[in-house]
Amino acid sequence: MAQFKLPANSVIGKGKHLRAPEGARNTKAFHVYRWNPDDGQTPVVDTFEVDLDRCGPMVLDGLLKIKNEMDSTLTLRRSCREGICGSCAMNIDGTNTLACTKAIDEIQGDIKVYPLPHMPVIKDLVPDLTHFYAQYASIKPWLQTTTQPPNRERLQSKDDRAKLDGLYECILCACCSTSCPSYWWNGDRYLGPAILLQAYRWLVDSRDEFTGERLDNLEDPFRLYRCHTILNCTKTCPKGLNPGKSIAEIKKMMVARR
Amino acid sequence: MSIRTPLAQAKGLGSAKEGVAHWWAQRLTAVALVPLVIWFVISLIGLVGQDHAALVSWLQSPIQTALMVLLLVATFYHAQLGLQVVIEDYVHSEGTKVASLLGMKFVTFLLGAIAVVSVLRIAFGGA
Repeated sequence: MAQFKLPANSVIGKGKHLRAPEGARNTKAFHVYRWNPDDGQTPVVDTFEVDLDRCGPMVLDGLLKIKNEMDSTLTLRRSCREGICGSCAMNIDGTNTLACTKAIDEIQGDIKVYPLPHMPVIKDLVPDLTHFYAQYASIKPWLQTTTQPPNRERLQSKDDRAKLDGLYECILCACCSTSCPSYWWNGDRYLGPAILLQAYRWLVDSRDEFTGERLDNLEDPFRLYRCHTILNCTKTCPKGLNPGKSIAEIKKMMVARR
Repeated sequence: MSIRTPLAQAKGLGSAKEGVAHWWAQRLTAVALVPLVIWFVISLIGLVGQDHAALVSWLQSPIQTALMVLLLVATFYHAQLGLQVVIEDYVHSEGTKVASLLGMKFVTFLLGAIAVVSVLRIAFGGA
């Protein structure tokens, strides 16, 4: 039945406020979601005033400056710091994006930083993506064939290769899936935009021989058809991809084979 | 709390191997409703200012009766398909979900049937 009372952890308190060092003239306030599974407290938002004159240009630079110089307990994922690993996906200024490619000066006023929406939080800005990755594994994201492998590369025409453009660039950062209301309400069964874009990437791969089986696996009121073309996915994708179009193409394939 | 592997949880009971028929029917009824609604609105505008007898005799023409029945069937079928999606989206308790789907289908089919029977009664001069 409907829940009328939100869980205790959805009430977010006000945390500490750390000021920039004396003499800093160009500061920006970062409001950062904090939650520690070990202290039994509900989440709080801490405020850190960052000296932008001694900080790199990106939001990730600001967060790492906070971690290095103001509060070493701040927990976040990051790796490549150049938008290719997808680790630092988080909700910045109300939009899911990569902290490493979001410039501080793009944001008017204070910067609000939250973990990806509607995911279980492990700590601070780190969401639990176990189910997301399991859903990715469930679509068998690898080349499947029954024909004996050739003794050389598997050939692909230039036109067929071009069909993978706009798909292979997906880094599985989960920004799109966690921006999707359908994924929020039914993420246990709905695969979400990221996984469906990846599924389409294998459906259109000219070298794959399991297109029909892949479509069978997706043909489900929940796995595929929870997409109601809200298109938050396409709007938020930090790589500029269009998961909404991929899902529409899958739906067209479903009709084409009837 | 489950100690099944994440992959087992993601796969669940597997794919239902359906959904495309529902999706296609929703698009089809939506497309069908475009000309039907335009016809309906234009017809009503044409009948502005006329009396009850004029409306009844208009509706008794075989073409108008057929179009009106099609409009009503498409409307209630489309509404049923759409409401089913809304319930599946937002109602998560299995019992409530099944009950509200059954109730919703009964009400939409009942309203659709009443509407079609009403048109036919007028068409065949019963009213």
